[in-house]
Amino acid sequence: MIALEKRPTPSTFWTWATPVLAVLLTMIAGGLMFALLGKNPFLAIKTIFYDPILGEFAFYYRGQLLVKAGPLILIAVGLAMGFRAGIWNIGAEGQYIMGAICGAAVGLAFYPTESWLIFPLMVIAGAAGGLVWAMIPAILKVRFNTNEILVSLLLVYVAEQLLAAMALGPLRNPEASGFPGSRNLQQYPSAANLELIPGTGAHWGVVAALVAVIFAYILLSRHLTGFHIRLAGQSPRAARFGGVNPTALVVFCMGLSGALAGMAGLFEVAGPAGQISIDFNSGYGFTAIIVAFLGRLHPIGILLAGLLMALTYIGGEAAQATLQIPAAAIQAFQGMLLFFLLGLDVFANYRIRLTKREGVA
Amino acid sequence: MNLKRLLAGTALALGLATAATAQQDSVKAGFIFVGPIGDGGWTYEHNQGRLALEEHFGDKVETVYQESVPEGADAERAMTQMALGGADIIFTTSFGYMDPTINVAAKFPDVKFEHATGFKRADNVSTYSARFYEGRAVQGTIAGMMTKTNKIGYIGSYPIPEVIRGINSAYIHAKKVNPDVEFSVIWAYTWFDPAKEADAAKALIEQGADVILQHTDSTAPQAAAQEAGDVITFGQASDMAEYAPKPRVSSIIDNWGPYYIERVQAVMDGTWESKDTWAGIGEGMVKIGDITDAVPEDVKAKAEEIRDSIASGDYHPFTGPLNKQDGSAWLAEGEVADDGTLAGMNFYVEGLSGEIPQ
Repeated sequence: MIALEKRPTPSTFWTWATPVLAVLLTMIAGGLMFALLGKNPFLAIKTIFYDPILGEFAFYYRGQLLVKAGPLILIAVGLAMGFRAGIWNIGAEGQYIMGAICGAAVGLAFYPTESWLIFPLMVIAGAAGGLVWAMIPAILKVRFNTNEILVSLLLVYVAEQLLAAMALGPLRNPEASGFPGSRNLQQYPSAANLELIPGTGAHWGVVAALVAVIFAYILLSRHLTGFHIRLAGQSPRAARFGGVNPTALVVFCMGLSGALAGMAGLFEVAGPAGQISIDFNSGYGFTAIIVAFLGRLHPIGILLAGLLMALTYIGGEAAQATLQIPAAAIQAFQGMLLFFLLGLDVFANYRIRLTKREGVA
Repeated sequence: MNLKRLLAGTALALGLATAATAQQDSVKAGFIFVGPIGDGGWTYEHNQGRLALEEHFGDKVETVYQESVPEGADAERAMTQMALGGADIIFTTSFGYMDPTINVAAKFPDVKFEHATGFKRADNVSTYSARFYEGRAVQGTIAGMMTKTNKIGYIGSYPIPEVIRGINSAYIHAKKVNPDVEFSVIWAYTWFDPAKEADAAKALIEQGADVILQHTDSTAPQAAAQEAGDVITFGQASDMAEYAPKPRVSSIIDNWGPYYIERVQAVMDGTWESKDTWAGIGEGMVKIGDITDAVPEDVKAKAEEIRDSIASGDYHPFTGPLNKQDGSAWLAEGEVADDGTLAGMNFYVEGLSGEIPQ
């Protein structure tokens, strides 16, 4: 008989081996699915995992990997802080939208003035927008003990309505003869978040993501706040005795993740997306939750996980476009990754033991 | 980082792009779709157009497509991907692809782009759309004559001119045949979301509507109407004939095939030029699906009369006297709306209640 035996502490080996194993299992199961769809599984896997990095058009895709991974990493790093402390901000998507709205609004307010001050102001406004939106569930939690998971999630839908209202109303491009959507910030030099080196895909958001990774790493490993975060997550009781202020921790974690998500929104709206439109958000805030867990809530892990996730997106699109694999199959493929990761986590927390069935006398 | 490779790559991209010169024997056509090709509506019909292209040209055309592409930065990547992959002409089939299309087109001057329902053009970007509002006039006539509760529900996608035009056209013609008719509009803020569309349809039916018009792409509202019983609907973008003869009593069908064939032919001949196309029932880009037996003879006759007079050009659905919602004059007796106003329409006509979300 097989028995699961809980490990006293999670296995370090399995904690880091499961993501790798999950990727391999995803390739196998995904390959089977592609084969069943009548596509060459080896070609499909190669198109998804190899072509964007080393294939014919890699010069373009490598930049796109950064464009896609940047916001995922930036958001996931913030979320991971809270997740470690047992504070569940599920509404990063909403904070991302609010950051984009606030940041873009500041930029558009200055139009058409040109000044180097405008972009930094937009970044601050973006961070502030996300922060304020995250403060709603944070304050409700510390004041009234509401569930931050529900409040932050539901605020995503409020933010989506606000986004639509902004694209149709106050932020609408006055020269667009009634069509929704703001002016394109890419065409407004002072507000544009362009590639720092053309062709690399690296815009300010990518830089910010790298800075956030380093900052989070130092915070977690060297700073008292980081210690409090880890302690609160591992043992809430011990944390209380250890002098951790739970209210301050909730406000800090929610605020930080909100501000980073807001900044990600601003970098996106001023850069790759270019404008506030009804459909501006495309799920980065939710995907970042997967990235945070795929990266084991560790800053360096998140960096790698973000790049991997971006690879499945970019490669998945390439597989759609060149092999005509249906979009739904690509989504199923990405779902498999999370499924295998969570499933394999059993090995990190439990030991498998083969026991002999003993007769009951 | 790796500048040499980068430059080599760019040169390659340019090389590929310039390969698409004047006359050519074979053309690679790309399509960017906003929904899944099986949506049964908007994207389904664009994909039918793609298939028509393949059937017409056979080996001389190769088509590639990408479905469910979000409107924004992802769309830009999908288009770039196709351009890099050697596409000669790329059809981007949703309003939200407008700025991405312009951006990518600027990077690939030798690739032709065709953007559906937008208004921004460039030397290598054309726009095309269909005068769906002509079909709405036929729908409105049937709806107005057939409603018993005098309440007509309308599921809007986004409050953009395209959709507002449809609401106005349907309302004007329903009102003409039934002065007591009332419209209620629900904005779904999606082109394709069966769950949201079904919710909207149910809400409208509960409010007493016995006709549901939709400007969203799934068949969910049809299913909701069928379940509710005595409610009629119209196929949107596609025939949706599986719900005939009732609830679906007729439909507006988008017919993109001929246009796609014409444009790809132009690329082959080296005669492609940037232009704006806005065609309707007369040109065959908009078709009225079979009016079923659930519709009384006199109603059917009236609907067909409207359809034929629009097709022949004798009648324009926006003909005065018409006032705007606030009572101000818009079109004088016999005056016909100009395309510019229609293209940017952001107001309701007199009689419609509710506000356009701003």
